[in-house]
Amino acid sequence: MEILYLLIPIGLAFIALAIRFLFWAIQNGQYDDLDTEGQRILFEEKPDQSSKNQEEP
Amino acid sequence: MSEQQCFHCGLLVSDPQEFTLKVESQTQSFCCAGCQAVTSMIIQGGLEQFYQYRSSLNQRAEQQISDYTAFDRSEIQQSFVNVEGKYKQARLLLDGITCAACVWLIENFLSRIDGVHQIRVNASTHQCTLTWDPQCQSLSHIMAQLAIIGYRPYPFSAQEQRQQLIDRQRKLLMRLGVAGFAMMQVGMVAIALYAGGIQGMDPEWIQLLRWVSLLVATPVVLFSAQPFWSAAWRSLIHSALSQRLRLTMDVPVSLAILLAYLASMWATLTQGGEVYFDSIAMFTFFLLTGRYLETRLRLRNQVNTMTLTQLLPLTSTRVVNNGSEQVPLNNLRLGDRVRIHSGETIPCDGVIVQGQSAVSEAILTGESEPVFKTIGERVIAGTVNSEGSFDLVVEALGEHTRLSTITRLVESAEQDKPRAQQLADRVASYFVLVVLIVSTVVFWSWWRIQPEHALWVTLSVLVVTCPCALSLATPTALTAAIANLTRQGFLILKSHALETLTNIDRVLMDKTGTLTEGTPKVSRILCLNDSLAAKEVLAIAAALEEGSSHPLALAFKPFRGKHSVREQNIQTGAGVSGNIYGAEYRLGKSDFVASTSHILPPDDRQWMLLAKNQQPVAWIGVEDGVRSSAAMAIQQLKEGALEVEVLSGDRQAPVRLLAKQLGIAYQAEHEPEEKLGYIKALQNKGHKMLMVGDGINDVPVLAGADLSLAMNSATDFARTKADCVLMHNDLSLISKAFAVAKNTKKIIAQNLAWALGYNLLALPLAAMGYIPPYLAAAGMSASSLIVVLNASRLYRA
Repeated sequence: MEILYLLIPIGLAFIALAIRFLFWAIQNGQYDDLDTEGQRILFEEKPDQSSKNQEEP
Repeated sequence: MSEQQCFHCGLLVSDPQEFTLKVESQTQSFCCAGCQAVTSMIIQGGLEQFYQYRSSLNQRAEQQISDYTAFDRSEIQQSFVNVEGKYKQARLLLDGITCAACVWLIENFLSRIDGVHQIRVNASTHQCTLTWDPQCQSLSHIMAQLAIIGYRPYPFSAQEQRQQLIDRQRKLLMRLGVAGFAMMQVGMVAIALYAGGIQGMDPEWIQLLRWVSLLVATPVVLFSAQPFWSAAWRSLIHSALSQRLRLTMDVPVSLAILLAYLASMWATLTQGGEVYFDSIAMFTFFLLTGRYLETRLRLRNQVNTMTLTQLLPLTSTRVVNNGSEQVPLNNLRLGDRVRIHSGETIPCDGVIVQGQSAVSEAILTGESEPVFKTIGERVIAGTVNSEGSFDLVVEALGEHTRLSTITRLVESAEQDKPRAQQLADRVASYFVLVVLIVSTVVFWSWWRIQPEHALWVTLSVLVVTCPCALSLATPTALTAAIANLTRQGFLILKSHALETLTNIDRVLMDKTGTLTEGTPKVSRILCLNDSLAAKEVLAIAAALEEGSSHPLALAFKPFRGKHSVREQNIQTGAGVSGNIYGAEYRLGKSDFVASTSHILPPDDRQWMLLAKNQQPVAWIGVEDGVRSSAAMAIQQLKEGALEVEVLSGDRQAPVRLLAKQLGIAYQAEHEPEEKLGYIKALQNKGHKMLMVGDGINDVPVLAGADLSLAMNSATDFARTKADCVLMHNDLSLISKAFAVAKNTKKIIAQNLAWALGYNLLALPLAAMGYIPPYLAAAGMSASSLIVVLNASRLYRA
């Protein structure tokens, strides 16, 4: 069980890293617009038939 | 009548053949030349897929494109442009963004312009960062291109308020992120601790896991929960200063977090008792989630309505002895002579001293058709000169303009507004008191009987009574209900709206533009002799009215194009006259049209008389059509036991007619002040009312009513000041909103009853020491979850 003394600090280091990464992304404005980026992948240069179905009335 | 919608903006099209365009091999109709031009530009750019991608309709396009050349001047660029090496970067604000596809369109369209290096658009804040090469392209050209595809750009300067909102939003997301990570980590460790508690575990490992939990939970308490600390502190200070107990929900929340954290820390240090780090992290995370969603919604609403501050131009043309010069608006002084070119926004109040033009006062009246102005007449800051150029002498600037006066009137009316205190906060005030008293009593009793258990039993009491469920009860229900209504097109701008809605017993509606479409239509023709057929009467009337800026002239727009008129003469307030095929025609009021024959209109509706060579030919009845949704909506409201009334500034006759048609009471010929007085009188009698309106004249009334609802077609001004906005002008949504509000109230009551009932049941058990702390924590989480799930029923419904 002594391995916990190594594994837990490693786990904590990863959390710290993840939070830093999140902060960087937020400061960078990546979370300011949550609507556009999710849909951007649906916008193609050439229209095709499948995207017609998404047109709303 | 076939109801066809504009392909671009979705407004009803009066004549489907008037503006058309081929889009992907199908002919589409448009409401105006502006929308047609925008679509045509988009197709020319090869970006017509935009219309498939968009998820909401566009705003109606402006017909006149403003002149942006002033923005090329360096002293004006100072406030919103940075130099980045060989490029310049401008921060702009775009009007008219409705969905993510707009972003796609703008980015694709602009990136094809020479000299544009990079463009980034944010759909939720409407902000745009444009990097361009000043050697190769002027900023004004790029801005004009944005306006051409229907997104009017404004410089992003003096927008600190908006920046603050965005910063606060980001900070809140960070707090939420930290709480989320911590919740998962501490939760994982807590499972090990619970399992250890059942199976048996070496004290060494228990101690290690507790220290880890303490380490991870600390940033949650110090950083994530900070909004609760400061709000609780403010509420305490406020209570102390005003000598009245006004505790918000933040106080018990902070108390719970603080005590649970201190107790767990104590347990960790002394190696005894229980730790609650997992509960702390989870509780904070759930509360922050609700708060984050709420601010996000509010940010979006505020962004949608904040363009009002951008109404005035940054520069104006001052006329001096030897010509004219461009000066920043701040340098204008009273008495200066200012030249207003066609298409410019008037920067100040003033009197016209030279020239004449038509001015669009849409910002004030909602009436998009321009009003004719000539020498000696006043024009108002914020209105738009839509025809020729003229000179004016400055009479009022900045905060002395009529625009600002109305703003102040509205603000003071808003402060007088009766406000319902949030139910949860009322409950909280008592709840905190009771909890504190009970805890003290429990601690004191145990201290007398078994001092060694006193601390732990008291803590158990505090954890059991932890107001998680209580504090989640209201915000989760409100968030769900607001999201539901927003999706249906009923936008809630002020947070008290839903609660107020359940107390409303009377609905007051404006007439023009609210119950009616706001645009006049020819309703009947009464031929007085056989010389002209009805169709011919309309064609002649349309020809006569062509070029007139009177609102009634709009009614004849669909019948234009058959004849051309010569010697046209427009008499303000009387009518028009002109020569068609050698005959002299007159159209308008009866005493102007046929002064000799003293002929009276058939009834007291609105009639116009047409005469040929002084001989009356026909009466033309003009009416402002009732909205198709009005009758249905009023029926539904009445079924909901609400009184409905028309409150209008219009003349008696048309208002009475409309009220009779819809079967409701009416008040006519009321000036804005009288409307406000009428509302105040009703409020004094104990009535609570919802005011539905659209024009600038309604704004003081909207602000004075208990709750206000603006139509989407309302002036920007009315929209910013209203509590709610009806997005699709569909009046039947009002009764739907009433239903959702009622439902919300019911669910909040259920949630509160559950949370309080649970606490009341658990409290005596905990006080007697029967509830082990892990059960207390589990019960707390379960009751919160039930509250959240119950609230989520409001997303549907």
